[in-house]
Amino acid sequence: MFNPENKTMGQYYLSHLKELEAEAIFIIREVVSQFEKPALLFSGGKDSILLAHLAKKAFYPAKIPFPLIHIDTGHNFPETLEFRDALVEELGVQLVVGSVQESIDKGRVREETGVNASRNALQTVTLLDTLEDLKIDAAMGGARRDEEKARAKERFFSHRDEFGQWDPKNQRPELWNLFNGRKHHGEHFRVFPISNWTEMDVWQYIKEENIALPSLYFSHERECVVRDEVILAKSEYLPLKEGEEIQKLIVRYRTCGDMPITGAVLSNADTLELIIEEVATTRTTERGTRADDKRGETAMEDRKKAGYF
Amino acid sequence: MSIQENNQLLRFTTAGSVDDGKSTLIGRLLYDSKSIFEDQIEAVKTSSEKKGFDYVDLSLLTDGLKSEREQGITIDVAYRYFATPKRKFIIADTPGHTQYTRNMVTGASTANLAIILVDARKGLLEQTYRHSFIASLLKIPHVVVCVNKMDLVDYSEEVYNKIVADYEAFSSKLDIKDVQFVPISALKGDNVVDRSENMPWYEGSTLLYHLEHVHIASDFNHIDCRFPVQMVIRPHTLEFQDFRGYAGRIDGGIFKPGDEVKVLPSGFTSKIKSIELNGEQISEAYAPMSVTMTLEDEIDISRGDMIVRPNNQPEVEQDLDVMVCWMNQKALQNRTKLIVKHTTKECQAMVKDIQYKVDVNTLHRIENIEEIGMNDIARVSIRTAQPVFFDSYSKNRQTGSIILIDPNTNETVGAGMII
Repeated sequence: MFNPENKTMGQYYLSHLKELEAEAIFIIREVVSQFEKPALLFSGGKDSILLAHLAKKAFYPAKIPFPLIHIDTGHNFPETLEFRDALVEELGVQLVVGSVQESIDKGRVREETGVNASRNALQTVTLLDTLEDLKIDAAMGGARRDEEKARAKERFFSHRDEFGQWDPKNQRPELWNLFNGRKHHGEHFRVFPISNWTEMDVWQYIKEENIALPSLYFSHERECVVRDEVILAKSEYLPLKEGEEIQKLIVRYRTCGDMPITGAVLSNADTLELIIEEVATTRTTERGTRADDKRGETAMEDRKKAGYF
Repeated sequence: MSIQENNQLLRFTTAGSVDDGKSTLIGRLLYDSKSIFEDQIEAVKTSSEKKGFDYVDLSLLTDGLKSEREQGITIDVAYRYFATPKRKFIIADTPGHTQYTRNMVTGASTANLAIILVDARKGLLEQTYRHSFIASLLKIPHVVVCVNKMDLVDYSEEVYNKIVADYEAFSSKLDIKDVQFVPISALKGDNVVDRSENMPWYEGSTLLYHLEHVHIASDFNHIDCRFPVQMVIRPHTLEFQDFRGYAGRIDGGIFKPGDEVKVLPSGFTSKIKSIELNGEQISEAYAPMSVTMTLEDEIDISRGDMIVRPNNQPEVEQDLDVMVCWMNQKALQNRTKLIVKHTTKECQAMVKDIQYKVDVNTLHRIENIEEIGMNDIARVSIRTAQPVFFDSYSKNRQTGSIILIDPNTNETVGAGMII
């Protein structure tokens, strides 16, 4: 039996994790109720894994009534893909993969070149194409407001015009628990059920609920290159600059993006307890390890306006 | 940062005029509670130097978007997060100037507490009245008046006492249950997180201590049972062939398996068979829990219906008397057609009468008006196409609130509190 342990002296309240869980489940259920063709954008990172877990809880004993969409840049960590396939199997949910390689082959986008080339910006085109092909009218994502300053102003229900663009000055006001998902033909919504969670909340909840994660998040030995103070994994997608050397380091990842742009942190944290301790004492933001956010002070805001998550 | 797992969540708004030091206060709370990361503080130090400031401008931490940083003002609601070993906090940071009443109302709608900033040199201003009125209108349960910039009035007890007395005189006209006062300097840090050594005459708690200890467990209604049905869960699998669960979030009261319930609008009664989430059985469900409920009898129930107790029912009406905050450029007039969204229900509606508008600075009523514009607050009669199951907003902030949607543009054009 679920026991509301916080019930003392006739007072009823939820812990902050239970309150955040209740809020996210409410929003996921609103999406299914208000839209015809919702989907969950699954990156393979801990936030989208958490979202899939919350979706399972929201509809149990029924299965998750929408597909997971994964935008495959072709530069994923192999651990992420293995994990994704196992999770999809376990949840019995449909998986749709949108391939950036295909967008490149079709001539929809052009690959960046050079040693710092990344497919991060290209994903936006593949994402919008995939959403359009499937006629998705609400795409849920695991973005959180504490991640980045442009995201601090994002709504739970974020309206996008027919070009998939975000207009920060013209957002719908969001009051109480009343979410307005009405839209015109051709428009769609991005929905962020875990907007109010912080990195710490996510880790605490993962521990409380015993949610499985890809091995990348835990301390391991890996062959790396250190470039501009960012620790990058050795991979076929990362051409080396002159003078760069491969070294073996004990690292873990705080976020799971593409191999060539996601930095690792030196860490011995190999259990959830140790990770939580590390998160509690760490002094840099999660996205501080992301090379894609370092392309200018408003890099995230500019990408969001163009239709990025 | 805290690593406690069983903390309560406190949501608060900050309202202040352009130069009240609101962003500085938030920066101070985040900085002194060690919720700021090194890379963030480095970025702010660099920007402060670029602007030629001789101090670190903590307000730069909270000014998010490009256009805002260019103009140096906050134009929208921004949400901030921090935690202490006692509690976890969500700040809805809203701008103070007149044209953004709508943002303040938005931030206030989900808040447990409002911080109202008063500049010690200026005393109460029109904005103070406006912010307090909105806090009272939106029934924010707790208000903290921070008398800021005490460093600029030589930490004078007299100045502080005068402002407190003025505010108490004014707020007696409002419906605010719990008001506290704290003399602070957000810039210098006095009484924000750490006790001030400059104001030995002040015997109350620091702002953070108050935020950590204010009693919020009774902020939800745990008396009147209200469960608006969000969706029906039917698995269509062999194992759960006959399962029919009603998914939703509890908006009030305490529901238990075995309780007798009544379903609105059909009026059918039944008993709660189980309350669960993810297959785990729940012995008592209360706001704001999201659950799945099953009943003993097969009744036709769908989204927008409400499950209540037979001896404690909400009002069921098609005519609503509502305090509306209008949020759109296009004015609201008599006979304007709208869509009303209330709990999980949506229906068409029409404005029958604009009774009066409130001057938010003086609280005076302005009668005989034809229309209300952006950021106006007015008492309006609305006729809905179907009956709505509601409580007055003062009884329940969830079942007493509505949003108004323009059927042509689909924009959210107004927020309403049912009287």
